[in-house]
Amino acid sequence: MKAATAEIQKKRFAVNPRLQQFLAFGSLILLVIFFSFASGNFFNFSNIVGILLSTAVIGVLALGVTFVIVTGGIDLSVGTVMTLSAVMTGVFITIWGLPVWVGIIGGLLTGALCGFVSGFTIARLGIPPFIATLAMMMIAKGLALVISGTKPIYFTDDEVFMEISLGSVLGDLIPGFNIPNAVLVFFLAAVIGSLLLARTIVGRYNFAIGSNEEATRLSGVNVRKWKIIIYMITGVFTGLAGVLMASRLNSAQPSLGMGYELEAIAAVVIGGTSLNGGKGTIVGTVIGALIMSVLTNGLRIMSVPQEWQTVVVGFVILLAVYADILRRRKA
Amino acid sequence: MRKGWLMMVLALVLVISACGSNNNGNKGSSSSPSASPSAEAKVDGKKMYIPIISKGFQHQFWQAVKAGAEKAAAELNVEITFEGPETESQVDKQLEMLQVGLDKKPSAIGFAALDSQASIPLLKKAQDAGIPIIAFDSGVESNIPVTTVATNNAVAAAMAADKMGTLIGGEGEIAVIAHDQTSRTGIDRRDGFVNRIKEKYPNVKIVDIQYAGGDHLKSTDAAKAIMQAYPNLKGIFGTNEGSAIGVINAVAETKKEGKIIVIGFDSGKAQIDAVKNGLMAGAVSQNPVGIGYETVRAAVAAAKGQDVDPVIDSGFVWYDKTNIDNEDVKAVLYE
Repeated sequence: MKAATAEIQKKRFAVNPRLQQFLAFGSLILLVIFFSFASGNFFNFSNIVGILLSTAVIGVLALGVTFVIVTGGIDLSVGTVMTLSAVMTGVFITIWGLPVWVGIIGGLLTGALCGFVSGFTIARLGIPPFIATLAMMMIAKGLALVISGTKPIYFTDDEVFMEISLGSVLGDLIPGFNIPNAVLVFFLAAVIGSLLLARTIVGRYNFAIGSNEEATRLSGVNVRKWKIIIYMITGVFTGLAGVLMASRLNSAQPSLGMGYELEAIAAVVIGGTSLNGGKGTIVGTVIGALIMSVLTNGLRIMSVPQEWQTVVVGFVILLAVYADILRRRKA
Repeated sequence: MRKGWLMMVLALVLVISACGSNNNGNKGSSSSPSASPSAEAKVDGKKMYIPIISKGFQHQFWQAVKAGAEKAAAELNVEITFEGPETESQVDKQLEMLQVGLDKKPSAIGFAALDSQASIPLLKKAQDAGIPIIAFDSGVESNIPVTTVATNNAVAAAMAADKMGTLIGGEGEIAVIAHDQTSRTGIDRRDGFVNRIKEKYPNVKIVDIQYAGGDHLKSTDAAKAIMQAYPNLKGIFGTNEGSAIGVINAVAETKKEGKIIVIGFDSGKAQIDAVKNGLMAGAVSQNPVGIGYETVRAAVAAAKGQDVDPVIDSGFVWYDKTNIDNEDVKAVLYE
């Protein structure tokens, strides 16, 4: 039974996400070509690095959200949990004076803990993911403000901390190749996420739950346990995004974060992951996040007014999801 | 069984969120959170109660306004509460706060309208009940408030424009990162800056104005994109704390320190540090402590039936490396 479902799953994923990925990747390339012709200042090393850097935070968030969306769930709390993780990192490093690595782990654990609470309320208490994570969004936002005393926490005592985002290990190895660490972390996280989703048991159960939760449960999988684990994975990625953001701004800003969850979800959807659950890829999410930031950056370089930038992004989301629906009808 | 659990958790969430909002609401209050302050005031018959409804409470700016209001409250021996919505777009939440404030039958109300049109019906109610309204931060477009305590943002931004024009030598390309295109402060600061440049500096061209909601990260990316699009850019003006910090970050990340003149608005630790270490040429700061202080003073005077000036200018200062340690400048800056 288990093997059979897995087999069916495999067949379904073999065709669809590939095509969507190709579509998404194609649009990304088209966008890059378009903006390169539209403005002479778009396609050069420093701007491409700038785009990658601006993708890092939303990108890591989107990686995490991909996991829960594949289960057919949603996580609305990632924006503010990211902020809470950043604040906790600040508390560990600046207020308690602990070493940087402890602060980073503290940030990741904060994310994981929030993920655990969301997962527990969803899997054990049966609260719908939308509501449970909406509540977590508010709880995390409130806690971030309470813990920080509504003031930003700065990391001025520690130059090392800023290096996490803005230093360049690659630049030290290869002179001139100054890609900030945040970008490196983003891609490493994507590789890890991709392996988790495509090559491990967590990933396999993740797809199974998303396709048919009841069948998965009947085939003897402890669905509740795995759901909690999946929300915790999302939490760890969220915590990582928090650390990256704090490091880039050299401060934990307790009032930021609201709205980031929607951008992350948009990136996931553009990347071809279905909100109905059961299918999606990490590569798609990476491309989705890149499409979002290439669009924003390109439109800005062309000096398109902000109001219109938002309209354009909205249309791109519609197009991406519609392409997905068309493809599914054919299949 | 399952339903029971659900109800329990729901109840818990409700309790937690209730606690949360209580905390927020009473943060600025010097009174005990449970007892209704107005009732208290009525009991001993002498302590006035003045709710201050601001546009926010998270930003350092509003915390400084609150500090000023509390200072005046302590000096004049009145009770105040200080609250504001979470973001500056939550007009409805703010009106709710105003309504609750009115229901407590206060001696006067301090109010910084997010949307002055939307608040007029409630303000009329206050007027009918004989409760004087003190507008602060940005004006209410109506004659109901007895006075308005505010910085003239357009004049302050024009000063930033003068500094920018002088520092870049009266010619070249500059850009603006603004915090939003709909609020009064956003519009006044942008227009004040743009108009002065157009009037006085014909050779200075404003090549782009981008809005990033005062979000540090988004402002950083916006500023970087502009710098990318206009390689000859000589200066950027950030219209509030978050925007200005974004511009500083962008300049630092692209290693263009000294090549791009950065001028900011408001204060906060990051801007103060940037001015001290030369990343930022300088900034205009409102006097938030003064705004809070003057608001409460005017409210008390109005409640006692004394005359108050229709406009109270809380002033602004230009700060840069040369004067940042002066006592009078330090007094208006907040970390």
